Amino acid sequence: MGNHAVKTTAPVAVDMSWLETPASTARLSFRGNAAAIAAASTAFGVPLPTEACRAATVGTRSALWLGPDEYLLIAPESERLAIIQGFVRDLAAHPHSLVDVSHRQNALIVKGPHAVWLLESGCPLDLDLSRFPVGMCTRTLFEKSEITLWRTGTDTFHLEVWRSFMEYVTALLTETAHELPA
Amino acid sequence: MSTFRTTKGGRVDRAHPLQFTFDGKAYVGFAGDTLASALLANGVHLMGRSFKYHRPRGIVGAGSEEPNALITVIRDAARRTPNLRATQIELYDGLVAESQNRWPSLQFDAGAVAGWLSPLLPAGFYNKTFMWPRAAWHALYEPNIRAAAGLGIAPSLPDPDHYAQRFAHCDVLVVGSGPAGLAAAKTAAASGARVILCDEQPAFGGSLLDDRNATVNGQAASAWMADTLAALAKNPRVRLLSRTTAFGYFPHNLIGLSERITDHLAELPSGMPRERLWQVRAREVVIAAGAIERPLVFPGNDRPGVLLASAARTYANRYGVLVGRRAVLVTGCDAGYEAALDLMAGGAHIELIADVRPPGYVAGPAEKAARAAGLRVEQQSTVLGTQGTLRVSGVKIASVDASGQISRGRSYDCDVVLMSGGYTPSVHLHSQSRGKLVFDDSLGAFIPGKPAEHSHSAGAANGVQGLTALLRDGATAGANAAAAAGFTASAIMHTGVALDGTMAGVPGVLSQPTVLPPAKAFVDFQNDVTTRDLALAQREGFESVEHIKRYTTTGMATDQGKTSNLNALAFIAEQSNRRIPEVGLTTFRMPYTPTTFGIFAGHARGDLFDPVRKTPSHDWTVARGGVFEDVGMWKRTRYFPQAGEDMKAAMDRECRAVRHAVGMFDASTLGKIEVVGKDAATFLNRFYINNWSTLGVGRSRYGILLRDDGFVYDDGVIARLAEDRFHVTTTTGGAARVFAMMEDYLQTEWTELSVWITSTTEQWSVVAVQGPRSREVLQTLVSDLDISAEAMPHMSVANGTIAGAPMMLFRVSFSGELGFEVNVPARHGTAVWEAIYNAGKPFGIAPYGTEAMHVLRAEKGYIIVGQDTDGTMTPDDAAVAWAIGKTKPDFIGKRALERPAMKRLDRKQLVGLLTVDPQTVLEEGAQVVATAGQTVPMTMIGHITSSYYSAALKRSIALGVVAGGRALVGQTLYVPMPGRDIAVVVTSPVFYDPKGERING
Repeated sequence: MGNHAVKTTAPVAVDMSWLETPASTARLSFRGNAAAIAAASTAFGVPLPTEACRAATVGTRSALWLGPDEYLLIAPESERLAIIQGFVRDLAAHPHSLVDVSHRQNALIVKGPHAVWLLESGCPLDLDLSRFPVGMCTRTLFEKSEITLWRTGTDTFHLEVWRSFMEYVTALLTETAHELPA
Repeated sequence: MSTFRTTKGGRVDRAHPLQFTFDGKAYVGFAGDTLASALLANGVHLMGRSFKYHRPRGIVGAGSEEPNALITVIRDAARRTPNLRATQIELYDGLVAESQNRWPSLQFDAGAVAGWLSPLLPAGFYNKTFMWPRAAWHALYEPNIRAAAGLGIAPSLPDPDHYAQRFAHCDVLVVGSGPAGLAAAKTAAASGARVILCDEQPAFGGSLLDDRNATVNGQAASAWMADTLAALAKNPRVRLLSRTTAFGYFPHNLIGLSERITDHLAELPSGMPRERLWQVRAREVVIAAGAIERPLVFPGNDRPGVLLASAARTYANRYGVLVGRRAVLVTGCDAGYEAALDLMAGGAHIELIADVRPPGYVAGPAEKAARAAGLRVEQQSTVLGTQGTLRVSGVKIASVDASGQISRGRSYDCDVVLMSGGYTPSVHLHSQSRGKLVFDDSLGAFIPGKPAEHSHSAGAANGVQGLTALLRDGATAGANAAAAAGFTASAIMHTGVALDGTMAGVPGVLSQPTVLPPAKAFVDFQNDVTTRDLALAQREGFESVEHIKRYTTTGMATDQGKTSNLNALAFIAEQSNRRIPEVGLTTFRMPYTPTTFGIFAGHARGDLFDPVRKTPSHDWTVARGGVFEDVGMWKRTRYFPQAGEDMKAAMDRECRAVRHAVGMFDASTLGKIEVVGKDAATFLNRFYINNWSTLGVGRSRYGILLRDDGFVYDDGVIARLAEDRFHVTTTTGGAARVFAMMEDYLQTEWTELSVWITSTTEQWSVVAVQGPRSREVLQTLVSDLDISAEAMPHMSVANGTIAGAPMMLFRVSFSGELGFEVNVPARHGTAVWEAIYNAGKPFGIAPYGTEAMHVLRAEKGYIIVGQDTDGTMTPDDAAVAWAIGKTKPDFIGKRALERPAMKRLDRKQLVGLLTVDPQTVLEEGAQVVATAGQTVPMTMIGHITSSYYSAALKRSIALGVVAGGRALVGQTLYVPMPGRDIAVVVTSPVFYDPKGERING
């Protein structure tokens, strides 16, 4: 029965205005105990949040709580070496770990009125503003990829994705974008 | 055009006619029709042939409960969907539909011969009839039974559509949008709760869509419904999902919804998925799934034109279609009378209403209305049979007197027989969620008992009757659900006015002069199960309903017995003098209605089946025709063929380049973990078998990791970058599990240690530069670091710059040659790879892949964890016991290694195996035996783990594990293969440069 032709509407260009790929930044994985966290807040110039799954931003630097002893520090690339040297200097007395992971992952910004809709296609978390407020961040899954998800605005999410998973995450989001009304 | 369409009324759009074909014949319907209503409007009742006896079958229902009218819808060669219910297929212009299970045509079906053979096909016939001769089962009986079985033809081409999935969360999920569901959603939404309202039908409203005269709060029900839906649609906290079936109730209030997006459209919208899976995590669920009318069981009850009274109402009131012009209603339920009134209002003649209830019942409102309308009612009736071939033409009604005596009966001419056996609440989701069911004697059906999850059954699904009561029950459930979800809610009450016929009925089989009448009385239409089959099963000793179900297949068709289960239970109960609840109930299983595989696959197909992880050299390799292999999610280059080369030629050349000049290999996929803290060395001492305290800064060492059972789990080179900082590498496949194991020990066992771990696998791009000229190549690129043999000996590590990128350089070798591994931050990876290649050209550099890498390491006897080990090998078995730090007090697995069994001399040990014929390459996985000529079962003493042809040695080599193998060096063993035993000599596993001089070049 191959004699039937399927009628399909003309393809429409997919609106990709929801996607932004920011320039590379410095990323540092910081781990340490409470005293080190306090010292790191001073060294980094951003109070490292002690509330679970919250991010803090001062100027161009942000600290994301990823675990009780673990933070992702984000800053402009040009400040990377100075920050590392500052930690060596200021945290000498506090056992900690600071590892440069600037190249381990890249960022994606998903924004606009359909941002939550797009992310709900692969992320099992409740992204309602009442459950996932602005400033919340967490490691989670997007389909089969681990991501770090950070809500930077009502309609804006910052995703941190490991390099080799970026193509997969972007392709999935783009496929879901086809479902959006033109 | 159609002869059975009413002149007005219904919710179809008469201004929009739609063309469609059924079995090649052209018809016209209206927008808003289903295939079923459009065919009925054209006077077509015959829509399929039954599964086993190929009996002509017509429409029974009007919704998802339809057991008979299974249809194939065809859009093109690949989009061919079988077993769709005609009652749920929404008409679109150009729809092509075909009936199933018939040949050569629906009207004349050769398979109907099965009906004449039916005495040979009783319940469980395949267990009895085809027992002899035994050999014929596989050759003859089973293939033929399989060919005859099954409904519809599955499409043979890949599904060209795509399917989407999404997650959703809500406070209250309302399943079903009849009066109870709408009232629940309205109340819950008013409390501020996040609400999802779903309904399997294209329009919201449920039973309100089928009622001509109902009002709510004095307003026409349709107007109230429209107002309510408009208000819900405006509420941003409410999501309305039509064409969406709640098919499964999973633990912790996770509900699976299947949303059909394009099946009803004439034109497929570009880019849209065909269906969408919603995984809804709901705090509370309101199950307002309604109730399904039961057929009556009497001889000939499956003839086309015999259908449910409620379906006749739906067709008349929703679609403006009369299912017949001359109707006999057979009813055991007051609500059944409403169909007669609606058909009469549409212009049909009601020949007779035969009420089959036993004497003594109280007449309900619908019966009273029917009598007031002048319709003829015969009480204490039964049905002795029906007439007609492809369409019912008459029905024989008899009366039952007080003593149970049945009259001879009289035939009535008719073109349709409506039947109503009472209503069965749709308790499927409640039961799926492990909620218990209780039998309601007044209703004659099971209703939901105490819920097991956070769910609230409401409305007809809860056994409630009457419009006002349905609205009240729904509102109450909505309020309770919202309150349980933490909202302040008060039920918004409504007053409904409708005829309100009662739902109680008479489950089971109508009285007959003999227990088993000659004509078949069907209980399960879709699986062709008759009263005879159920009686036979009981005669043969099946008592449990679960056994009877499986023996007769009643309730096991794709409709899962939506219309048949209670009748079967009632019949079994009556036959065995038990009450229905004593017979028990079979399990309600998901999905509620058949669900496509597509929604479960979702995006996970083709290129998006899994993440495809690519290394920095990927595009460069693609451009040069490199061949890849999958290693976990990674694409790794297998070999780099040059013009005219096959795999063997390419890997031989790549191996020669590494042995004689220089090769480069992308090792970026290796797992990398940075271990930092003042206790880093202590941690690694406990974690790996080696001694790390003695490792100096700027030096590295090969480490082995065991599980706590003492068996090799992972390996890798570990470098000390600073007193308190180590760079650990793991196998490609082991990266995630080694990291998780470290974190586990740090968080649970060794919390006192001041040490932290960070994954750096993807921070670093790694190029292995291996071969006698590797240093020369790197010296052209590195100017700020002395990499001479003296300054940078084997197993050292240093920082420098390469091609403008910061570099961490390891002097390390997995080839046995002088070698380095260049680590650069990953965004520099591609540029550095190209720089090394260009710098290496004058030295004859060859990029090499995993095949060559495997040969090179096997020539040196270097193991690959997971290939040469299998989770049962100790360090000694794997010939790496030298790595154990003997002076350490403890490490993971140390205690297990002390067990006597771990020290036995006959454990399988890693050895080299050289074939006597140097050109024979053994098969990996082949077994090893001690002597030639053994017969099965042989005494197997080992097996081959790695086997290659070595270009360097100009012969084959193999690694294997052999019981007590190291004591057998020099002896000849055998590898039995089909037709021959291959002689092999046991050797050391190190085949090439056994003194290890080349590595220090």
